[in-house]
Amino acid sequence: MGNYLLRRLLIALPSLLGISVVLFTVLALAPGDPFSEMVQNPNVPPEVAANLRKQFGLDDPVWQRYFRWLFAMLQGDWGFSFISRIDVDKLILGRVPVTLAVIGASQILALLIALPVGVISAARPYSWFDRIASTFALIGFSLPTFFTGLLLILVFSIKLDWLPFVFRADISATGWEWWRQNILQAIMPVTVLGLLQGASWTRYVRSAVLDVIRLDYVTTARSKGLKERAVILKHVVRNALIPVVTLVALTMPLVFGGAIITEQIFRIPGIGSLLIDAILRNDTPVIMAVTFVFACLVILFNLIADLLYGWLDPRISYR
Amino acid sequence: MQENDLRGMLEEVRACRLARRTFIERMAGLGVGVAMTSAMLAGAGLARAQPAAPYKPTRRGGGGALKLLFWQGPTLLNPHFATGAKDLDGAHLFYESLGRYDADANLVPVLAAEIPSRDNGGIAADGRSTTWKLKKGVKWHDGRPFTADDVIFNWTYATDPATAAVSLANYEGIKAVTKIDAETVRFEFSKPTPIWARTATVQLIPKHLFEAFAGARSRDAPANLKPVGTGPYRFVDFKPGDLVRGEINTSYHAPNRPHFDSVELKGGGDATSAARAVLQTGEYDFGWNLQVEDEVLKRMEASGKGRAVAYASGNVEIIQLNMADPASEADGERPNPKSRHPILSDRAVRDALALLLDRKSVQEFIYGRAGVVTPNFLNNPARFNSPNIKDEFSVDKANAALDAGGWKRGADGVREKDGRKLKLLFQTSINSVRQKVQGIYKQSCAKAGIELELKGVTAAVFFSSDVANPDTYGRFLADLQMYAVAGRLPDPDSFMQWLVSWQASSKANKWLGLNRGRWASDEYDAAYRASEFELDPVKRAALMIRMNDLVCNDHAVIPIVYRPTVHGLARNLVAPVSGWDDSLNGIADWYRESA
Repeated sequence: MGNYLLRRLLIALPSLLGISVVLFTVLALAPGDPFSEMVQNPNVPPEVAANLRKQFGLDDPVWQRYFRWLFAMLQGDWGFSFISRIDVDKLILGRVPVTLAVIGASQILALLIALPVGVISAARPYSWFDRIASTFALIGFSLPTFFTGLLLILVFSIKLDWLPFVFRADISATGWEWWRQNILQAIMPVTVLGLLQGASWTRYVRSAVLDVIRLDYVTTARSKGLKERAVILKHVVRNALIPVVTLVALTMPLVFGGAIITEQIFRIPGIGSLLIDAILRNDTPVIMAVTFVFACLVILFNLIADLLYGWLDPRISYR
Repeated sequence: MQENDLRGMLEEVRACRLARRTFIERMAGLGVGVAMTSAMLAGAGLARAQPAAPYKPTRRGGGGALKLLFWQGPTLLNPHFATGAKDLDGAHLFYESLGRYDADANLVPVLAAEIPSRDNGGIAADGRSTTWKLKKGVKWHDGRPFTADDVIFNWTYATDPATAAVSLANYEGIKAVTKIDAETVRFEFSKPTPIWARTATVQLIPKHLFEAFAGARSRDAPANLKPVGTGPYRFVDFKPGDLVRGEINTSYHAPNRPHFDSVELKGGGDATSAARAVLQTGEYDFGWNLQVEDEVLKRMEASGKGRAVAYASGNVEIIQLNMADPASEADGERPNPKSRHPILSDRAVRDALALLLDRKSVQEFIYGRAGVVTPNFLNNPARFNSPNIKDEFSVDKANAALDAGGWKRGADGVREKDGRKLKLLFQTSINSVRQKVQGIYKQSCAKAGIELELKGVTAAVFFSSDVANPDTYGRFLADLQMYAVAGRLPDPDSFMQWLVSWQASSKANKWLGLNRGRWASDEYDAAYRASEFELDPVKRAALMIRMNDLVCNDHAVIPIVYRPTVHGLARNLVAPVSGWDDSLNGIADWYRESA
């Protein structure tokens, strides 16, 4: 196990290096200039833009810039945002708590819906419950977030005036009032994201459980006289979870990445909106850092998924 | 009316032989607006008494929280590095400038005791220096006094190339800033400068906190993220691109101000939902720059929570004619700026094109409050508005002009001359409003036998400075194009630069020259050169009007509407916003009317 972990981590290093080279080259080749807005402004003399380019080393060849970035990164220096003129890591860290809270809550909501609904649907396929659940799941993952988001705003903010639709990361109240306001403003975005994710996961859980529930060992367990509850929870679900774990683990990096559209609709200051703003303003160090963090997270969660397989199914061994 | 007549009348007012009111009435009879007239009087030292801003609150604070919603959040709070209006507005909560422009484009003092003028001796007779007396008793948020040293420091800070400050442009032409005493500074120019006011609106940062971080170390200053200014609010919290918060500055230098106990500026999202949050749900008090169709705004206003208000500004939407031939190529340069457009160089065609724009329908059906019909290139402030150009829409006259010019209708209804069809390519950025205007124009042109081919380019490409892209408005590989020309400052100097011949967009200036239509007129150039040194405001206004008339009579551009800035305000919010400066420049004077 320890050996396996070490090997996997060592393999991860060259992949990360490769990813960083690709990302950096693509960004360097992409058109656009962080100071283009300035160049168009007739009040700003061209020397200012030229000076800024020099200060940020934008005129050096790509490979020099890459190695400068790499060595800085190894020393824990994530770069310096052209647009905000502060360190990139500060910018990202400022966005992490909100992202984790909102997107994390929506993933938990999704799991809380998907697991029980999926399992019950599969245990009694084509029952009324299954049909209703399937219909809702279909509607749930067919509706895009920009539609459900606007729909919820229209109903709950504008018609009923119950919930605020502008998310504020910095609520000045304290104690219970702080919690109340935060929960109120999080309800809509969490619902929008949670329902979308929950709907598609429900379908996965259902089909995974259906695959397992017909197997002979389940029939055996039932004929031993085990209670249905025990059969489902101990024998079926545990085996059926393996594909679900893969799916959930691979979507976890998205939790950190945020949900760009939903963040835009509700003005949630998450990492997703940071990334989209950085792309729109050609703020390359920020784009580079955020995408690189995503790459690391994908690799990390792949590893976690592999480790979870072994726990769920002891027949899988690590060599 | 000759300049001498004007002068004579001004002298009469001075000698009290002619009442101010009579003078204004006589000028109005000549088509000169009140604003221009009062500017003339002010220039002659005959200004009316400063109208006190109708600020009602009688004590400081007590207004609760002020919530501002911008669809772009400030990304930094050092005004010298601001890359756009959003950053300057964010900084305005904490920082102030010597003066600011009010809604009528008059410069009013903030950190200065008074605005320099010829009368108070602030403006030197030779136009080579201005002397500012600073307001007494102004303190930075940390209790240190604001002095002449701070003003001088801002100049050295911004002009140090290693700082790479964006505000450098505001200090252009300044030779030195000298201290006369602790409360007086003098700006010295290298040549006589009529636009001395450019430095007045620079937001000032404290010397004692930034001195150690000038030049290359500017990025390390802790105060970049935690501003300490002289403004009405003290800094509380800043999340780049998202949120700025401030609390009341209880030792603010103006009496009974500010009214609000705290302020919050939230960024992000889009203009439509920002409008909704102010006008429909009342979640926010102020929605910045609501670029939303007027119809939609009206529907939102119906719920009575807020209102959309249009503020005069210098932006004008124009159709620009390409004077160079977009098909020509010389030395790998296309279009060749020295070439002449085969169709548009014909005066008859330009006249017809100008007559075919149905401005009234454009305003009525498309722009609403967000656009005011104008035949002039230079519209605001009103003192520069030319009374000589008329708005005219007539298909018949256009047809007559084309007939006279020798353009005969072909079998398909499209006119032609010397075997060349009267077909033109009309491009603009993709934006529902602009596409509708394109449609209206195409229809009326068709009635006169001009065929317009319409083209829309994504805004990100159209307005980009990408040298390699053929679809940018700087390259202008089309016959006509439509966009808005921004005139941010009340002084039209930078605005008028858009048509001088040395700014013609070409390969040499990477297609970034401001004169994208490559129009050239010696008369215009000469008038512009003269305006650069003309110290007399009346003569200078006359030059500006002359330039406008040259452009409009030659139809180098066809102005459509001038575009006020529309902000959303909560029902009871009183916000004296200026369209000539940063929208939050007067935030200290904002208050909520008690219901």
